[in-house]
Amino acid sequence: MELKQYNLFFLYQETVALTKRLFIQLKRRPSTLLAGILQPIIWLFLFGALFSKAPEGFLPGVDSYGNFLGAGLIVFTAFSGALNSGLPLMFDREFGFLNRLLVAPLASRLSIVLSSFFYITILSFVQSIVIMIVSFVLGYGWPDFYGLGIVFTTLILLVLFVTSISLCLAFVLPGHIELIALIFVINLPLLFASTALAPISFMPNWLGWLASLNPLTFAIEPIRIAYTQTMNLDVVALHAPYGDLTCKSCISILFSLTVFSLIIIRPLLNRKLN
Amino acid sequence: MNYIQITDISKSYSDIQALKDLSMEINAGSLFGILGPNGAGKSTLIKILATLVEPDGGEVFINNINLIKNPRKIRELIGYVAQDIALDKILTGRELLDFQSDLYHMNKKEKYERIKLLINQLEMNDWIDRKCGTYSGGMKRRIDLAAGLLHLPKVLILDEPTVGLDIESRNIIWQLLKDLKNDGMTIILSSHYLDEIDKLADSLVIIDDGKVIAQGTPSQLKNKLGGDRITLKVREFSTHEESKKISEILSSINGISQIIINKAQGYSINFVVDKEKDLLTKLKVELAFSKFEIFSLAQSQPSLDDVYLQATGKTLLDAEISMTGKRDLKKESKQSMR
Repeated sequence: MELKQYNLFFLYQETVALTKRLFIQLKRRPSTLLAGILQPIIWLFLFGALFSKAPEGFLPGVDSYGNFLGAGLIVFTAFSGALNSGLPLMFDREFGFLNRLLVAPLASRLSIVLSSFFYITILSFVQSIVIMIVSFVLGYGWPDFYGLGIVFTTLILLVLFVTSISLCLAFVLPGHIELIALIFVINLPLLFASTALAPISFMPNWLGWLASLNPLTFAIEPIRIAYTQTMNLDVVALHAPYGDLTCKSCISILFSLTVFSLIIIRPLLNRKLN
Repeated sequence: MNYIQITDISKSYSDIQALKDLSMEINAGSLFGILGPNGAGKSTLIKILATLVEPDGGEVFINNINLIKNPRKIRELIGYVAQDIALDKILTGRELLDFQSDLYHMNKKEKYERIKLLINQLEMNDWIDRKCGTYSGGMKRRIDLAAGLLHLPKVLILDEPTVGLDIESRNIIWQLLKDLKNDGMTIILSSHYLDEIDKLADSLVIIDDGKVIAQGTPSQLKNKLGGDRITLKVREFSTHEESKKISEILSSINGISQIIINKAQGYSINFVVDKEKDLLTKLKVELAFSKFEIFSLAQSQPSLDDVYLQATGKTLLDAEISMTGKRDLKKESKQSMR
């Protein structure tokens, strides 16, 4: 075989192969997908029921708690999926399958990372759409066309941000036990220290500060606006202790965090993959 | 023609020096064996050749391409079959080969033909469409070998490919390696099985403690030892002092050389006798004179194990046993994880 010129087609071919492998795994072991859908649906029912008799006007700008909660659970679903995205890579490292990829003349080892991004993004979208449909059936609303664009843009940014961190952890931590432990530690606290379940006005000052600095909040609030009113990027989405933030500001912060995380992990990925 | 040149490579893992200025040359189209006990540095050397580990020092050239500077070009040339078989349990064997061929950027036609050929060559037709998680050790090794051969590499690198295999799988693999060599492929095979290297290798190195201790063709190495090997015991388990005395007696006999006391085998004594002389009668007389009776006396043609014994003072098996418990496999595995 002649030495080949590396080109974009090769990058495409290997990225498709790597992504296809992840989807074959998902098809034959769908429990992750199902659990990722079932958990937020259960939460939607339980939390929705928990506050179903809350007095009118209890939450500003929404008809019901379910209406408020939907955005939080969509983001939480995408966040959890992305946070777990490092696990397949960690298993590949531990069981030596990663070596199979590393001895291959990949056009770019970026394809290993890209395939994880594609897989998790599609998976998160599928899970989020199911949650959105269930929310809609329960009468918690549906965003308009522009709002849908904001929902998916926000989710892509969040998934990229969290997936890059998770992949980074998959290379840094010594094994899957440590990675799972860390996921356990950060998953729920990040949810509770965000505006997924309650607005900042309900929180003590310190928690309000935490929530208003939490990346999840920057994803939740624009989606909540998309659910509760006609989408307008200049509308104030977050009343943070440090000032009001519009939808545009929240998405910009999320975008900056995503770019920053991708820049930060690049040297590590280069070191580990080259 | 030297297709692969390895010059003074060294590699350390924290406090362990796995390779110490190791050099060797491998001819194109030959089957080259790397023999040594577990922990000798074979796998580190193989991983360097497979571009998985970068050496701390030294140079490696394959087909005049610098491995350290151009690892991607080297990856086009090599096929790698790792010691620990890493398959995706969820994929079927065919899906795994399909996946692997995409990583090597093969086109559809090329991919289809190679997969079909390898399935037939490695007799995998009956189970190729079953999930890899259901395969036996032999099946796993065969599919792993097929994956390494998919892109028709110029150099096939195999790290202990027949460890723990059934005889059928081992014979299939041996036959395939012979066929590949006859087709002109350069094959590097690491093993701690003497018979495997002896039967298959055109030339070999013996590695111990990260260093090359012997290099040549199997017959060259064995012939260097001179005459036949004798293993002598005066009782089932002698003491060191007793064996030392016998060793002194033996060294006084002209025509006996390379006397080694083999501690791990009950202080038996190994030595070489000159083929031209009938020394065994003289030996018996000398021992009887010193009031030693012969418990057992075994005579054999020199083997690669004798080459190893001569260089290190222990047999390969003894070296394996002495390493048992000393190696922290979990730590080594973590160190080699990317």
